[in-house]
Amino acid sequence: MRPASRHRTPRLLRSAGVRFAVLYAALFGASALALAVFLWWATAGLLDRQTDAAIRADVQGLVEQWEGGGVKALVGTIRERLAENVDDDAIYLLVDAAFDPIAGNLSRWPPDITMDQQWFELPIERPGLRSLARIHRYDLPGGFHLLVGRDVQVRAQLRSLLTDALLSAFIVVLVLGIAGALVMRGVFRRALAAVSETATAISAGDLARRVPLSGRADEFDRLAETINDMLERIGRLMDGVRQVSNAIAHDLRTPITRARTRLEDAALHARSEADLRAAIERAQADLDGVVAVFQALLRIAEIEAGTRRAAFAPFDLAPLLTDLAELYGAVAEERGLRLTLDWQPSLSAFGDREMVQQAVANLLDNALKFSPRGGCVGLTARAGGAVHVEVADQGPGIPEAERRRAPERFYRGEAARHTPGSGLGLALVQAVAQLHGGSLTLTDNSPGLLAVLTLPAQTGT
Amino acid sequence: MRILVVEDDKDVGGFVVKGLREAGHVVELAENGRDGLFLAASETFDAIVLDRMLPGGIDGLRLLETLRSQNNNVPVLFLSALGQVDDRVRGLKAGGDDYLTKPFAFAELLARVEALARRGKGEGPVTKLAVGDLEMDLLSRSVRRSGQKIDLQPREFRLLEYLMRHAGQVVTRTMLLEGVWDYHFDPQTNVIDVHVSRLRQKVDKPFPTPLIHTVRNAGYMLRAES
Repeated sequence: MRPASRHRTPRLLRSAGVRFAVLYAALFGASALALAVFLWWATAGLLDRQTDAAIRADVQGLVEQWEGGGVKALVGTIRERLAENVDDDAIYLLVDAAFDPIAGNLSRWPPDITMDQQWFELPIERPGLRSLARIHRYDLPGGFHLLVGRDVQVRAQLRSLLTDALLSAFIVVLVLGIAGALVMRGVFRRALAAVSETATAISAGDLARRVPLSGRADEFDRLAETINDMLERIGRLMDGVRQVSNAIAHDLRTPITRARTRLEDAALHARSEADLRAAIERAQADLDGVVAVFQALLRIAEIEAGTRRAAFAPFDLAPLLTDLAELYGAVAEERGLRLTLDWQPSLSAFGDREMVQQAVANLLDNALKFSPRGGCVGLTARAGGAVHVEVADQGPGIPEAERRRAPERFYRGEAARHTPGSGLGLALVQAVAQLHGGSLTLTDNSPGLLAVLTLPAQTGT
Repeated sequence: MRILVVEDDKDVGGFVVKGLREAGHVVELAENGRDGLFLAASETFDAIVLDRMLPGGIDGLRLLETLRSQNNNVPVLFLSALGQVDDRVRGLKAGGDDYLTKPFAFAELLARVEALARRGKGEGPVTKLAVGDLEMDLLSRSVRRSGQKIDLQPREFRLLEYLMRHAGQVVTRTMLLEGVWDYHFDPQTNVIDVHVSRLRQKVDKPFPTPLIHTVRNAGYMLRAES
């Protein structure tokens, strides 16, 4: 569909700059034309209308004379009017049925005046001069015909003057229009050149490039800012992908290598079926670990993709916490830990219930894992604008310098290096928090770690 | 039990069929959606193991939707590499009874298929469950063993109820987490083991013979004789 429609547009108009320029020129030309039409109507047109009105009034007066006193009175009036005509622009002619002149200042009936219309504009010859006249023909009873007109030679000169002026104005308009259009196109191109250059550089691999701002805070600057924000986000995602692929290469290679080594070793050196079975089972366990890491990674990716946001709904956090506390309470007890709980009977939250469940479970998993025997793990929640779920332990904590990086995928602090785990637990909590528009903050519980999961209340974004 | 496996991957299909036969079931294998639908519609099965992505124009979802539109209520377990929450939801909405993501442990698949096939033969609502000398009254929510009353917390009661309803079958940790707690994620810690061991303290320890058995590499089983 698209290429076809592209062929239909003329090649030149495919440039948006040219299209804007043409549009500009057309608008400019149209307004100039409108101005000229109005000027014409207000000057030459007005004179025309005034002349016609005067002729009509004249005819009216003469017809009244005819009705009052017949041909004689009419002839008298015509003579009178001619005598009174100071400007010498009035034209009268009264003829009889044979078109022989009876009175007036035309020597004969002009041959151009026919019987099929009433208004004429034609050159006439009067004693002493040739000029242009506007003439109204009027038929009187008894075969008499009356012509009443005005000499419009001066007006014709004015009109040609006006035409010349407008014509030269039109040329000026044309030149200005084209010049303006070119300027428009230039402005347009320059404004887009920065964006286009940046986009080209980025496609070529220079991801650090940003669209320069003109500082005028206009629409183009706003566009540039939006594009820069987008590039910023893409950059962050790219970093994430790079970091994850590095981590995958690093962290999955180890268990895969271990499984492979076990199997190869068993194939080469196992002396009994029991040896073989043991090796295979251990390799299976290694592979299960790999699968678990993959599943955790995919789950985080799924959360980060944000497709579940459509399923967000209000829910009560309190029973969710009660259930989790019950699930983990038994584990805490078995490990000689005390689990202290504190929250209101009802905590309204908004989001994906299962995700929040998993996030809090991960925090509890961590807290229980790192707590020394006899320690205390606190699960508390506070509402107030946003809901804060806090999990506090008395384990080794995370040094301040590492806290910011702790929720990264596969990040494992010094203290965690020798405990089981994939290094993805906090990454998932972080992803859940971000999807909900909330946050995960890690602070010092002195001793231990205090993890705070904040979820905005009742907002979808 | 008669089980239909619809799976296009020859290795996975062969492995599942072999495993199910070893467990004593009669198994039919269909390698594409068309054959699967034909078999499922023309013969009676106790359960179907259904892959989602199948060659032959009819994928797992279409197959199941067609079956359900014919009022065929055979229990169906999806076995699929599509493991996102949305995929699972779509599978269950189409009429699936359970959803297992690849890669899977055979013990998990076997336990779930057997649980499904047995559930298909539901005898209607029950008010009493009994395994050996262990009795559970679902109305008064009381548990007795050898006539001796056992006090259980509400969650322990539900855990025991789940085990008793699946008596004689292997129940995996994931099944317990889903069936008793309604959680659909795997905790890092051995939470289920801790809860089962607590239940054992009350149900098994005071008595000469244990009822709750650990099945290696799989999960747990409640049965009367050891």
